[in-house]
Amino acid sequence: MKEVLSSPKFQTLISQKNKVAFGLTFIQMLIYYGFIYFLAFKKDFLAIKITGSIPLGIPLGISVIIFSWLLTGVYTLWANSVYDRLVEEIKRKIEKH
Amino acid sequence: MEMQTTLGQPNVVSILFFFLFTLTTLYITYLAAKRTKTASEYYAAGRSITGFQNGLALAGDYMSAASFLGIAGLVALKGYDGLIYSIGFLVGWPIVMFLIAEQLRNLGKYTFADVVAYRLKQKPIRIASSFGSLATVLLYLIAQMVGAGSLIKLLFGLPYDLAVVLVGTIMIIYVLFGGMIATTWVQIIKACLLLGGATLLAILTLVKFGFSFNELFGFINEKYGEKRLLPGGLVANPWDAISLGIALMFGTAGLPHILMRFYTVPDAKEARKSVFYATGFIGYFYILTFIIGFGAAAIVGENLIKSIEKGGNMAAPLLAEAVGGTIFLGFIAAVAFATILAVVAGLTLAGAGALSHDLYTNVIKKGRATEEEQVKVARLATLILGILAIFLGIAFKGQNVAFMVGLAFAIAASANFPSLILSIFWKKISTSGVVAGILTGVTLSVVLIILSPTVWVDIFKNPAPIFPWKNPALISMPASFIMAILVSLLTPEKEAQEKFEEEKVRTYLGVGIE
Repeated sequence: MKEVLSSPKFQTLISQKNKVAFGLTFIQMLIYYGFIYFLAFKKDFLAIKITGSIPLGIPLGISVIIFSWLLTGVYTLWANSVYDRLVEEIKRKIEKH
Repeated sequence: MEMQTTLGQPNVVSILFFFLFTLTTLYITYLAAKRTKTASEYYAAGRSITGFQNGLALAGDYMSAASFLGIAGLVALKGYDGLIYSIGFLVGWPIVMFLIAEQLRNLGKYTFADVVAYRLKQKPIRIASSFGSLATVLLYLIAQMVGAGSLIKLLFGLPYDLAVVLVGTIMIIYVLFGGMIATTWVQIIKACLLLGGATLLAILTLVKFGFSFNELFGFINEKYGEKRLLPGGLVANPWDAISLGIALMFGTAGLPHILMRFYTVPDAKEARKSVFYATGFIGYFYILTFIIGFGAAAIVGENLIKSIEKGGNMAAPLLAEAVGGTIFLGFIAAVAFATILAVVAGLTLAGAGALSHDLYTNVIKKGRATEEEQVKVARLATLILGILAIFLGIAFKGQNVAFMVGLAFAIAASANFPSLILSIFWKKISTSGVVAGILTGVTLSVVLIILSPTVWVDIFKNPAPIFPWKNPALISMPASFIMAILVSLLTPEKEAQEKFEEEKVRTYLGVGIE
């Protein structure tokens, strides 16, 4: 176990995972609090009509929902391919010992 | 001419759907009961649920009647502000995925306190965590029960007390006998019914406008003025909005009944997938409620909606009647009923987990309880909580409980979330630190909510609030983090720090998970 803990591979795995997780968390917060910033201070911008009767605020709000979901998709894709493969590699090494 | 409604009168179709749903779910409970013998089966469905199923069940747990009827009503009466609200309820899900779901699955067993207590002293952590869990669950449960009583009264014309007893009794049967297996399937069926019903309602609405959003919003513009399509009073004070945003975003990641669901899947990969599906379903659902709300404002009209119930809660059922007749109204009313049942079942099971697994098994019995004993105590806890829920639902009849969901989210964000994050990611966390953080979060949330406009002005009828924001999370969450960090630094725990490295193998690789 000690060997796994100190192996550079395991250390890279941890730092990579934390970078992705906290990076995406930061992006998610940026999207949401950015949206609140517009609500609070840029109301005129949200009122710009995009087609006939639809103001920009509506597609913008809907995009916050869609982007949040897409971010979970990005993470899932990354974790299912890159992360899980690294985990399997390290686990195999543990079993050999 | 104003539209007529049969809402609130006994409706053959809704009673038929109600019986069909209840009989199906009770049959599932009967099958589940036969498969529920061990603690892992009772609390975690024997870890047999797939990511997709759990995604539906998570969505079922989260999409309450309040979010279906309440947000559609908010959109119908206030327009754009309703969308802002539903966005707040969605944006916490990615946080759950990035920081919590996999770690929780890898480190814990039945409750989130398992994760917090992993390297710390069992007794104080379990007591403090279950305090945070039970506070969240009970507040949420009271709000749901009171909502259930008044909604069912409006939908079916049943007396309030009878509605609360009915909901409580059916829910107790699910959870008591079928445990997590039955609760999960009730959630899945409810999520499918709700998503299907809302989709149909949105389509039937859009048909009236030739599937043109331009036409729907143009109609709203003409009837109510363009202010309806723009942010209004909800974000009058940006700090207030940010504080509410923090509570919703991080509170979602601290709701015990949501966190508990991650133990029902076999591994971290399925846990991760389940959040992806859940976020998709919930996001889609909120987009539908947005269409439904505006549809109700356009087709039913705000006067009729307000005359039935001034909060707008009946907007969606009224729209169903307008576009699909009595049969569709009956279906939507039955779906709302199923929704209420499923949410209270999930909450009760999470509360029972805190009482029996955290307090009884790990504090009183110091982890030495047999499987049989654990299941027995879990069932007893379910029964106690279920009866308590019925009692509280009746006790709070006619009371203004709107603040309770906000408070539940504030406590989840300021007590449960900080303790989870710090125990997962921070080496130097100590037992006293976690306890101090949880106590700070709960106390500040409760005190500040009492002094806020929602309680101090709306309930106590004082002219002005002492604390200016409706939600305290912007103060209480950072305070909880700071307190936990400071106290941890003052009371270093060598053993917990040494265990951190070993814990990582389990957190990141899933080696040795239960």
